[in-house]
Amino acid sequence: MEPTIYKYLLKYSKKQQVWLTVMAVLSFPFLYLFYELPKMIINDAIQGDPGDFPVELFGYELDHVPYLITLCVAFLGLVVVNQGFKYYINVYRGLTGERMLRRLRYELFGRVLRFPQPTFRNMSQGEIIPMVTAEVEPLGGFVGEAFSLPAFQGGTLLVIIGFLFYQNWMMAVAAIALYPLQLYIIPRLQSKVNLLGKRRVKLVRSLSDRIGETVQGVPEIHAHDTSQLERARFSARLGEIFVVRYEIYRKKFFIKFLNNFIQQMGPFFFYSIGGYLVITGGLEIGTLVAAIAAHKDLGAPWKELLGFYQRQQDARIKYETVITQFDPPGMRTVEHQENDPSGDETFSSTLAISGLTLSDDQGEPIVNSISANLDLPSKIAIVGRPSSGKEEMGQLLARLLDPTKGKISYDDRGLEDMPEAITGRRIAFVGQQGFIFNASLSNNLYYGLKHRPQTTLEREGEAAEQYSEFVEEAELSGNSVMDSEADWTDFSVTGADSLDSLRLEGLRALKIVGLDGDVYQFGLRGTIDPKSTPELANKILTARYSLRDRLTAPDVADLIETFDQEKYNHNASVAENLLFGNVVGDTFDMEALGSNEHVVAVLDKIGLTEQMIEIGYAAASTMAEIFADVPSDHELFQQYAFISADELQDFQALLTRVDREKLVDARDEDRKALLSLPFKLVPARHRLGLIDDAVMDKILEGRKAFRETLPQEMANAVEFFDAEFYNSASNLQDNILFGKVAYGVPKAADRIGELISEVIETEGLYDSVAEVGMSYDAGIAGSRLSGAQRQKLAIARAIVKRPDMLILSESTAALDSASQSIIMENILEEFADRTLIWVLHRADLAVHFDQVLVFDRGAIAEKGTVESLDREGTLFKELASDG
Amino acid sequence: MSINEEVELLRQIPLFAKIEPSKLKLLAFTSERLKFKADEELFHQGDIGDSAYIVIGGQADVILSTDRGEVVVSTVKRNDIVGEVAILCDVPRTASVKAKEDLEVLKISKDLFFRMISEFPQMSVEIMRELAARLYRTTDQLMRAVSQN
Repeated sequence: MEPTIYKYLLKYSKKQQVWLTVMAVLSFPFLYLFYELPKMIINDAIQGDPGDFPVELFGYELDHVPYLITLCVAFLGLVVVNQGFKYYINVYRGLTGERMLRRLRYELFGRVLRFPQPTFRNMSQGEIIPMVTAEVEPLGGFVGEAFSLPAFQGGTLLVIIGFLFYQNWMMAVAAIALYPLQLYIIPRLQSKVNLLGKRRVKLVRSLSDRIGETVQGVPEIHAHDTSQLERARFSARLGEIFVVRYEIYRKKFFIKFLNNFIQQMGPFFFYSIGGYLVITGGLEIGTLVAAIAAHKDLGAPWKELLGFYQRQQDARIKYETVITQFDPPGMRTVEHQENDPSGDETFSSTLAISGLTLSDDQGEPIVNSISANLDLPSKIAIVGRPSSGKEEMGQLLARLLDPTKGKISYDDRGLEDMPEAITGRRIAFVGQQGFIFNASLSNNLYYGLKHRPQTTLEREGEAAEQYSEFVEEAELSGNSVMDSEADWTDFSVTGADSLDSLRLEGLRALKIVGLDGDVYQFGLRGTIDPKSTPELANKILTARYSLRDRLTAPDVADLIETFDQEKYNHNASVAENLLFGNVVGDTFDMEALGSNEHVVAVLDKIGLTEQMIEIGYAAASTMAEIFADVPSDHELFQQYAFISADELQDFQALLTRVDREKLVDARDEDRKALLSLPFKLVPARHRLGLIDDAVMDKILEGRKAFRETLPQEMANAVEFFDAEFYNSASNLQDNILFGKVAYGVPKAADRIGELISEVIETEGLYDSVAEVGMSYDAGIAGSRLSGAQRQKLAIARAIVKRPDMLILSESTAALDSASQSIIMENILEEFADRTLIWVLHRADLAVHFDQVLVFDRGAIAEKGTVESLDREGTLFKELASDG
Repeated sequence: MSINEEVELLRQIPLFAKIEPSKLKLLAFTSERLKFKADEELFHQGDIGDSAYIVIGGQADVILSTDRGEVVVSTVKRNDIVGEVAILCDVPRTASVKAKEDLEVLKISKDLFFRMISEFPQMSVEIMRELAARLYRTTDQLMRAVSQN
């Protein structure tokens, strides 16, 4: 990158800078006239000798008053012209600055993606993020004014000074007499502020680094009771920042104070010297007034210039501190990042390694001048003790690390000459912990297929306009114009011929790593839109009927209480029984149904309101009694109480406030709170004996009334249970169940799970359900998945893109041993005629491979087939028997 | 049956006789009420134990599987507690328990059970008494078995 900000912005915005400067210069004549005119108005028009009129102006004869009016109108015109210039320049300046900021951020981000891997050991995301976001932000503002502001304000200043000299040179000298002093003092003070500014930038960066580390290490902090230490450290850092910031404020405002003081010296001279001259008749009063006005205007540009000087220094520092960070040694080239493959590069015949060396930060070799020639395709196992260099070897082969010396060639082509478009497509690498992005499972699975946009997204109307504007601006800022919203998934490499068959490929990959069962479970808990996938919805309905047939068998009959329009469901809550459907959106707040107008209207209609409030009171007092001594954070609360610990406190207060016998007179919000409570009761589960048969009958009555009188605007707020229709607000499993799992039946959930699996098996729905599971959201860094699920997904991602060569680096080490052997078996089969390089965490697993490389202290100690190595005295034998 | 009835029932069990009603309510409320059919197993010998059971109605056999086949060592009925050994000393289930007829039980989780014991020393004493009685019975049976052989 360009070493200074001026070079950078001249390179990318020379035209705009010139144009801005030209506009600034063009505005000066008008500015001069703007200062000249008041003098004419006062001296010639207002105080002019009536005998001089009419005067001639541009060929017209004008009387005294018309002359004054004309000059005033001209003055008004000049105001408009001057402000117009200002507006235009400011907007254009903003545009230029924003483009440069966009370019700079884009370039920095692109550079992050070209950093060699080891850089991230010394540079955390907590440091990178503020650099790309907050730190460069002021640069955008500065870029717009880099040349035009000094030109414009400097010019303005000169115009005004010129005007003053033209009026009276002595006064002009008086007005600017102290400027040299300012020019001497300010930069000296400013340079101190600059140093502090630099320090502040670094401190804030390390602060955000600290926060990032704390967030990542939060389990350790809790596990070791170090939150006091962390807070103390944070406090110390904040203290340092405070001192620096406070110092900056003091210096900054001292500079301001000094500036303002010197500035106010001007009026002092005007009033004293100018006044004296007017009194003695050496000066006209109009000239003095105009001079004072001009001096007042002199203050603005001068202040602007000084401010600009401060901002310029600030921008210079920020730019330099940022870009030095973004230029680590060994950075990959732009070509490496951008070039598309030229032909049919393959990794199919030979792998040649010569003199390969990788050193760490201290220059100690991790991999030490390795040479080897291997025929491909082959199954190669790399074994060795931890930190024998075997893991680094895997990364070197995948070009995630660049060697310090030496060379790796595939089919006689050097790995270092290959752009990422080859290495990232033809080679797949999975380390010990594959990263999972915050997206759906399918987006994660197909991440390795998204190299370039595959389709052109057709846009119409406003969207098309917005998009073409985006492209135009992106080009002007040197940003990527590839359409991020287009479909990037290149299914052709997977052997699929359509997105539909890609799903089968995806599922196949999931089966190889043994993740399909989990995804199937996600699918059961997932929802679909029956309008967009009517076929699947119908199949689910068939499964529902099929399950109902099975439930007639006596041994499973009591597992599920099916929803029946005419019957009260004892295993569902009162709310579910009354609404008899799933709530969509937030029209009906399940926590506060007692405040819902329609619900209350229905209760009033069936005459249940008062009784429900009494039930609510009884439920509240029972809960208050039961949980009185249970600490509010106790898990009993979360597991069993149908009111939270906080709510319980409110209810305790309510119970003492409200008299059981006079519930009718209670405050409105208390009645609402009590009325909301019974809705959460599930008779079969809570067994409080509060919902008796009479109440159930009334609720059944209310169920009808609720549906019949549901206002039109709430029609979409409830998705009613209907045996003949798919319920879009429930998940697949609940749609198949169409009822509630019965409480009190041993192992009901397990047995139902088996039943559902049977139904899905016979209806041939497994793949469809798994497909729904593919839209499950993985969460931030895959946090909604278990560690094993994340890793399996990462391996499946590497398989689905069908690489010529798969490199696994202890990828299954953290999985249970059953999964490990199944995955290894499946992958060996999948890669039967392709290359598989597996850095093994256990040497004995090497028996399945064609060749074994045994690493010891960064070098290949032994090499050959398992048969040749598996004998007494070899390092391989020793490693293998260690287990 | 509602919680109040369950509480009444629990109070008749010596183990819980001296515990205040609100605690028994908590116990009842947070326990699962399960219905087993005849021949269904509550738990199996060798399983990891995570809960104890209080019989509310019906009977169940405690079955020991030995090298020579299954032996019914005792039968539990209403107000009996079963399955507490495995959760008290963290050993696998020492025997299987199978419903003899339609059986209703309260399933008390390990956490809750410990919580009650630590809060109410009286309960520990009762448990000790019960365990001691069982130990006596077992020793007695052993003596007789040895003298018969």
